[in-house]
Amino acid sequence: MSNQTKPTEETPWGSIVRDGLWTNNVTLSQALALCPTLAVTGTATNGLGMGLATTAVLLVSNILVSLIRGVVIPEIRIPIYIVLIATLVTLVDLGLNAYVHELHKVLGLFIALIVVNCAVLGRAESFASKQNVAASAVDGLAMGLGFTAVLVVLGGVREVIGSGTLFAGASLLLGEGMAFLETTLIPDYRGFLLAILPPGGFIALGFILAGKRLIDARIASAKQRGIATKRAIA
Amino acid sequence: MSTLVSPRLREGAAYRGLVLGGFTALAAALLVLADAVTREPIALRRAEDMNASLAQVIPPRLHENDLLAATLSLTDARGEPVLVYRGIAQGQVSAVAFEVVGSGYAGEIRTLLGLAPDGSVLGARVLSHKETPGLGDKIEATKDDWILGFEGLSLGNPPAERWGVKKDGGEFDQFSGATITPRALVRSLKDGLEFFAARRETILTMPSAGPVAAASPSP
Repeated sequence: MSNQTKPTEETPWGSIVRDGLWTNNVTLSQALALCPTLAVTGTATNGLGMGLATTAVLLVSNILVSLIRGVVIPEIRIPIYIVLIATLVTLVDLGLNAYVHELHKVLGLFIALIVVNCAVLGRAESFASKQNVAASAVDGLAMGLGFTAVLVVLGGVREVIGSGTLFAGASLLLGEGMAFLETTLIPDYRGFLLAILPPGGFIALGFILAGKRLIDARIASAKQRGIATKRAIA
Repeated sequence: MSTLVSPRLREGAAYRGLVLGGFTALAAALLVLADAVTREPIALRRAEDMNASLAQVIPPRLHENDLLAATLSLTDARGEPVLVYRGIAQGQVSAVAFEVVGSGYAGEIRTLLGLAPDGSVLGARVLSHKETPGLGDKIEATKDDWILGFEGLSLGNPPAERWGVKKDGGEFDQFSGATITPRALVRSLKDGLEFFAARRETILTMPSAGPVAAASPSP
């Protein structure tokens, strides 16, 4: 949330990337896009697919919004962004259906959800509409990858606990070459239904959110100690 | 930040309408184009999917024709349309398949049912459902072989009143923790068998083959 409003002379690439992946992560910090996050993460593979599709839409929508920021005036920006995002998502949906049909069968229902993924509109509004094309593209990519990472972790946790496998069906998503990713961690596992059902998603997400807070707190206290020791040395 | 248009022009309502309309028209044009490009591949993929499902309920050796090309539109007892796929071999209808719908625990369960001309089940496969993962989804052939147990059965075998789950005094196992799902599925299969029995003459009449085939509608 920090560096978006002031148009900087020099683009702070590092902080854009850090923002997207960790500091201002779509799910973990902004708590946006929770509907797709919880809906698709029954397996790590589904999380990955959804994350990548969202990343593609985020990247292109950020670029386009940044390109048209000279033409669009504030009064009509929201409907234009929505038309833009809905069009992009429909294009992705049609493309996947036609050319990656197996994946579309898995993700089909959720692709349409990207339209209402507030993270996409959120980045258009708070970043891309104010920044140049390159910065917007990097922001879209970083935000998307941060989102993907959370989805994969959440899907992985739920999949291992719920069905004892990891990356089941990865070959459908990534091609036969990636079939080695599909592992059965717990053979003859009878499954733990709660983890796969929506409540399991909420519980797992809760733990991940708590984990991020803990790590942030550790980092902050380590920094303070570092400053303190520096001062002591000086 | 530099803008492409003069500030005075940007103030007017006409500008807003023009920009909004312009973008919408552009989006519409893009979508029309994408639809035109992807329509055929998508239809092909759908046909492949349907063929793959049909091959599971009608063994390929039983027919010589393209199942998707030999269809028949009928309406069932409730007035719902049913698309019947017909396999043809040696000038006769050798197998049929159609979708049956049951209402499960969490919505519709759509099942493709394949039947031999004598009304016995060649195979049944669930096409889509929203049942509880881990409990109700044992109706899928990939998860459990429960659904394979229907092969060879018909309306008289077991008798009509035994076409139900064990809990209802029927013949078929329910799953532990899920009764509604198998009950709905068994009921939809029974409905399908009854539909076939009622429309057997129509279904087994060879499509547009003239009086020869019509004279011998069943083997």
